[in-house]
Amino acid sequence: MRRLLIGSLLTIALFSIVYGCQNAGQVKQDMYHVNGRDIYIKHCQNCHGSKGEGLGTLAPALTDSISLKQNKQRIACFIKNGIKDTIIIHGQKYEGTMPSFPELYDIDIAQVMVYITNSFGNNQGMYTPEQVANDLKNCK
Amino acid sequence: MKLNFSLSLLTATLIFMSSCQNEKKLPILGPRAAETVTNPDGTTQVDTVYKTIPSFSFLNQDSVAVTQDTFKDKIYIADFFFTSCSTICPTMHRNMKDIFEKYKDNPEVMYLSHTIDFKYDKPSVLKKYAEKLGVDNGKWQFAYGSKDSIYKIAENDYLVAVIEDSTAKDGYIHQGWLVLIDKQKRIRGAYDGTDSNQVAQLMKDIPLLLAEDKK
Repeated sequence: MRRLLIGSLLTIALFSIVYGCQNAGQVKQDMYHVNGRDIYIKHCQNCHGSKGEGLGTLAPALTDSISLKQNKQRIACFIKNGIKDTIIIHGQKYEGTMPSFPELYDIDIAQVMVYITNSFGNNQGMYTPEQVANDLKNCK
Repeated sequence: MKLNFSLSLLTATLIFMSSCQNEKKLPILGPRAAETVTNPDGTTQVDTVYKTIPSFSFLNQDSVAVTQDTFKDKIYIADFFFTSCSTICPTMHRNMKDIFEKYKDNPEVMYLSHTIDFKYDKPSVLKKYAEKLGVDNGKWQFAYGSKDSIYKIAENDYLVAVIEDSTAKDGYIHQGWLVLIDKQKRIRGAYDGTDSNQVAQLMKDIPLLLAEDKK
C-alpha cells in the first residue's frame, strides 16, 4: 500500500515536471496576456469596450476571430498608425478614424495583440515583438 | 409572547422602511436664493428659487433648432462631448446608450449631448455620429452651437467644466458628468458617466424623478 502511494506520488511529480517544461511558451504567453490587458484597458477599452463588444458602428467589436486572423499582419499597423480609411468587419462598414498610438513599443503592441486575440472568444495563441516589427515594416 | 413582540417589531420596522422609501426624493442641486415671488392669485411671498437651465437655442443633428420646448414636460440627461474624442466620451455614451435602451418606450425621458468641438462637429457630423451610435430617433438630441454659447451654458448652468486645450491629445478637456434635469429645468443629479456604479445610480434615480411628477 505504501509502495503504491509513493509510486503514484512520484509518477505525478514526474508528469508535472514534464508538463511544466512543455508549457514554458504558455507561461510567456500568459505574461503577455496579463500585460496586454493593462494596455487594452488604458488605450482601447474606451471605444472597443471591456468585453470587446465595440460601440455601435463607431468602433468595431473585436470578437470576430476570422477578421482578426485575416488582418493579423495589419493589426500592428492599425494600432501604431491609426486607421483613416473605411474598413469592413463582419460585413459591416466602419468609416471614420481610429486614433494612432505611436508611443507604444513593439513589445507593447505584441502584448495587447496577444490579449485581444486570446480574449472575447478568440483563441489564436502567441504573437511576438519580432513579428510586430516585421509587420510594421510593411505598413501601407 | 416574546415571539409576538418580535413579530410586531419586525412589522413596524418593515412599515417604517417602506414608508421611508416612498418619501425618497432627489436633491435639487446648484445655487439657490430666497426671493419674493408672486403667486397665481396675486399675493406675494418669500420662497426659495432654485437654479434652472435658462432658455437656449442650438442646432441639432438634423439642423433643426433645439430649444427648451423640445424638452417640455420631459426629464432629460445632458452631457458635453465631441465626436472625435477617444478618451472618456465613448465610455460615457456607451453607458448613456444603456439608459437610452432601457427607457426606449418612455416618451418622458430624453437626452441632450452638446458638442464642444465647434470647429468640426457641424450638424452633419453629429448626424453621422448619432446614426453610428444607433440612437438617431429624436429622443437623443445632439446640439451644435457657437463656442461661446455652449461653453457658457456648460460652466454656468450645467456646472460642467469644458476647456479647449491644444496640448490635450484630442484638443479638448472636459468633465464626463451626466446631468439629470427635471421638468422644471432644475438640476437633480450629476453622475460620472465613466463610472459604472454612478451610472447604475442614475438608472435608479430616473424612476424616482419620474414618480415625483405623478403625485
